[in-house]
Amino acid sequence: MTKLRPDLQIIADNVRPNARVLDIGCGDGALMAALRDQKQVDARGLEIEPANVASAVSKGLSVVQGDADTDLSAYPDRSFDYAILSQTLQTTHRPDVIIDELLRIGKQAFVSFPNFAHWRVRMSLLVGGRMPVTRLLPQTWYNTPNIHHVTIDDFRALVRDGKLEQEGQWFLSGDKQTGRAMANLLAEHAVFLLRR
Amino acid sequence: MNEDDRFGLNRHVRLMGPLPLDSGAALTPVELAYETYGTLNAEASNAILICHALTMDQYVASKHPLTGKGGWWTDMVGPGKPIDTDRHFVICANVIGSCMGSSGPATINPATEKPWGMDFPVLTIADMVRAQALLLDHLGIERLHAVIGGSMGGMQAISWTALYPERVKSAVIIASAARHSAQNIAFHEVGRQAIMADPRWRGGAYYADDDPPSSGLAVARMAAHITYLSEAGLTEKFGRRLQDRDSKTFGFDADFQVESYLRHQGISFVDRFDANSYLYITRAMDYFDLAETHGGTLAHAFKGSKTRFCLISFDTDWLYPTSESRTIVHALNAAGAAASFVELSSAFGHDSFLLENPEMNRIVDGFLKAGETI
Repeated sequence: MTKLRPDLQIIADNVRPNARVLDIGCGDGALMAALRDQKQVDARGLEIEPANVASAVSKGLSVVQGDADTDLSAYPDRSFDYAILSQTLQTTHRPDVIIDELLRIGKQAFVSFPNFAHWRVRMSLLVGGRMPVTRLLPQTWYNTPNIHHVTIDDFRALVRDGKLEQEGQWFLSGDKQTGRAMANLLAEHAVFLLRR
Repeated sequence: MNEDDRFGLNRHVRLMGPLPLDSGAALTPVELAYETYGTLNAEASNAILICHALTMDQYVASKHPLTGKGGWWTDMVGPGKPIDTDRHFVICANVIGSCMGSSGPATINPATEKPWGMDFPVLTIADMVRAQALLLDHLGIERLHAVIGGSMGGMQAISWTALYPERVKSAVIIASAARHSAQNIAFHEVGRQAIMADPRWRGGAYYADDDPPSSGLAVARMAAHITYLSEAGLTEKFGRRLQDRDSKTFGFDADFQVESYLRHQGISFVDRFDANSYLYITRAMDYFDLAETHGGTLAHAFKGSKTRFCLISFDTDWLYPTSESRTIVHALNAAGAAASFVELSSAFGHDSFLLENPEMNRIVDGFLKAGETI
């Protein structure tokens, strides 16, 4: 059993057994396989990269090649217990619309994203005067798939403005969980559990 | 099981039916030519039905009796292959309407004791599937581990899941569609008109003197063959290269390699295929629209389905483009069915599904193996 990425491990730990899950941007299906094998979850996935889809399907997972920006509308309302969007929000054209879709399709939604307000990112911009290239954001401005950089406080504002319920929040610094205090400065990564 | 003459290569069965057809007619007897590979296990739970495309046949992994060539899908079917004849019991039957031993326009009409010709009833894809279901009854197979097909075979496979959802555990649908588009129908009509315009077609009654409309059928095949390839594939294979000559002849010989290739495709096709069968099968494909038979909503075809689906398309296939597969996937998602889908990259257009493609094999292999553990 290979180790899950830390944000995926947090999600895996907090999904109820036997739930129905849609993993949007599921990559090669690592989280789906863990949920299936450890929690008897009925998992479905959506992934944009053909090679990732092929890997997931060859593991026996139900994964469909598609784009979160265009292919979510086919899924019926509340057809899943959870919709999961891990490290994908910042790559979508309209993150607010995507979150609406997550909470239309899923009763609850897990969203994880890299925090653009982490102190290292801030320092990089402040001192270097260039768009930050860090461990979690390794690409340069011109070739990054991340088109909507977001901070933890930005995300909280979006949740508040959308009148969404926040049912869980977890923060990561490196591979370790870190506290809520000053998360917007100290966390590299955030995971939220939302409900409408 | 090996003693049982229902199993093995070159099988033929005459079932009395009658088989009710979508047209309102009924077919009796129902003759089916088929092959089986591998061994049916004691629970009869390891059967895989392979559905063939328009001009293919039951010789999926064995030598074709007319061409002498090996099976048409040996990269996919055989010992240790994704459709593993060591593990699976594989069935492939010639579709009704075709010409390799199953009931079709060239077989004998019991009422006249002459070949059916154009008196053979017009068929649909669903009719072909219902005939296959009769065969499975005959073979003692209640539920398929999987039904698999590309192109028209994919139309049959998806029809299986809609007509007999309880009989299909998994379905693999490759380079196919849930309906025939206007463009697809248009190309088929060109082929049919080429056959019917051949003076030797004679309303389909050409069997008695064995003088079939070969010119018309060859042209139909040439036109269709272009649709199975891609512009990039043709360019890569032939470009504007000349055929066995240094300069253009300023005449109408096959100056270009691509012309020579197409002529060869046409000429060799008529040796193994019946023109009337070509009319009937293309018609069945044109009539295919799975949504139409489910109140206009494709998702209704999969309502409550417990079948696992795997769809594959190819990026250069303009005959059954990825958008057609995606339409099916959206309907499966809407119905809450377990669906997998991937578009693979290949230079060879629609024909890609018949060619060696390690990625396609890896996907089908993993999908089938996962189905064996549940």
